[in-house]
Amino acid sequence: MDLVTEFAIFVLAAFVGFAVISKVPTTLHTPLMSQTNAIHGIVMLGGLIVAGFAHGALELTLAFIAIAFGAINIVGGFMVTDRMLGMFVKKPRKDKDSA
Amino acid sequence: MVAAVIEAGGELSTVLYVVAFSLFILGLMRGTHPTTAKKGNLMAAAGMALAVITTLLLDGVGNWGVIAGGLAVGTAVGVIASIRVQMTEMPQMVALYNGVGGGAVALIAWSEFRHGVGLGEEFPLDEFIPVLFAAVIGSVSFWGSNVAFAKLQDLIPTRPMAVPGQQVLNALLLIGVVVACVVLATSDDPSEGIFIAVLVAAALLGNLVVLPIGGADMPVVISLLNAATGLSAAAAGFALDNVALIVAGTLVGSSGTILTMEMATAMNRSVANILFAGFGGAPARATGGGEERPHTSIGAQDAAIKLAYADSVVIVPGYGLAVAQAQHAVKEMGDELEKRGVSVNYAIHPVAGRMPGHMNVLLAEADVPYEKLREMEDINSELPRTDVAVVIGANDVTNPAAKNDPDSPIAGMPIIEVSEAQQVIVIKRSMSPGFAGIDNDLFYLPNTDMLFADAKQAAAEIAGEIGNL
Repeated sequence: MDLVTEFAIFVLAAFVGFAVISKVPTTLHTPLMSQTNAIHGIVMLGGLIVAGFAHGALELTLAFIAIAFGAINIVGGFMVTDRMLGMFVKKPRKDKDSA
Repeated sequence: MVAAVIEAGGELSTVLYVVAFSLFILGLMRGTHPTTAKKGNLMAAAGMALAVITTLLLDGVGNWGVIAGGLAVGTAVGVIASIRVQMTEMPQMVALYNGVGGGAVALIAWSEFRHGVGLGEEFPLDEFIPVLFAAVIGSVSFWGSNVAFAKLQDLIPTRPMAVPGQQVLNALLLIGVVVACVVLATSDDPSEGIFIAVLVAAALLGNLVVLPIGGADMPVVISLLNAATGLSAAAAGFALDNVALIVAGTLVGSSGTILTMEMATAMNRSVANILFAGFGGAPARATGGGEERPHTSIGAQDAAIKLAYADSVVIVPGYGLAVAQAQHAVKEMGDELEKRGVSVNYAIHPVAGRMPGHMNVLLAEADVPYEKLREMEDINSELPRTDVAVVIGANDVTNPAAKNDPDSPIAGMPIIEVSEAQQVIVIKRSMSPGFAGIDNDLFYLPNTDMLFADAKQAAAEIAGEIGNL
């Protein structure tokens, strides 16, 4: 892919990000921040790719740590977001008075 | 399984990546409403799974031991950490996840640098410049986020810490980093030593920029670093010719920027002011040193009586509620009042707690209905008609000085105007000032009663007393 195409994609993605996020109510800002945080864990793909051409102990270690960091970012990020958003889902009323 | 190997940059991988980032966008769009947000998050997670599987099938991806090990360790840590974390600790958890993301970017940039230089040919600038950008921003984000985490977790003092000449030092470091990058980019044989020096200088910069910022401003800092990590991931995408990285990283970069600006607006300050002014670093004015101003204090029983015989009560939660894990006790208190026919609402300041929406998450955890969580502008018009406002562990966001005293450090910050209510009860552990380090005039008003106690204990006691009435 040539640089100009990549740059066009970059600019369009930036506008999409602005457009989508400006509609989110303040109440959801914490889960939102957490969700976008999980999405940048996508950088782990870079770790997978550089692992492919890693030679020697240093490069293998770099790739290993990068993948582990990226996986923490992705898995942890989506899971805590899910936990937070679960709080907003209406739960069936438990009968607390019977206690 | 699909074809064992997909051509990197080929049609199939591109199509799969497009599907993946479409899922990210759809997921974020569903985040605009509380009832669809959970599904939205699952969609984004599914997009991520697709992107990861696609990448694993690309030709040239190998060293499976390293990949499997990294995935296993990272997944285990991520799962355990996110199950164990308390709702009150969400801000620092996000800071930590953001930090590891930035760290991954910096390490990938380093690998890519070694790969590009090791090929023996000239490192094309359209890949080299993104690599340098990713290295610098990733390193700043990693260290900056770790400092933010440490501050929020109380591992280091939350108060601003600065060395003399800090701004000059930061500027010199930044200039040094830029010069070193230019040297690297224009060199025929870029030195790895200089590259590592750039990583280290960026790490120092990350520490030095965040250390002087007070705990109250941490959410804005984390949000900004979140956006920065996104952009650095996009840069890594330019270097690796990977469209999924470019789109996802840019989405996070732009959405994080919006979020950062909104938070800053809610505090009536500019982002630059937050980053460089060292708020709260404005020395805690010589308050308290002078005369002792009179205030009235009451006990749980009196508070219960005032509340039980009111028609309308507005509860104003703040970070103290989060620290004391008082959300369930407060909800119980609200329930007791509602049983007696008192109308109960919750007034949520946009930056109450340590993150926008932090209070909403906590109260939702305690099953407080979403409709009862009222936003600041909305509730302010009702406060003059409210019988009792109960401030629980909130401080600066209720300080009338923000409205009345143009010289106050928080002048102009939008506040919840509790002083307008007929009566105010402030539940707080002591008279000590909040993050902004200033005295709160609210505490000394004639219609304000102070109830000195831990938020959770106080709310439970009041609930009990109301039940006994």
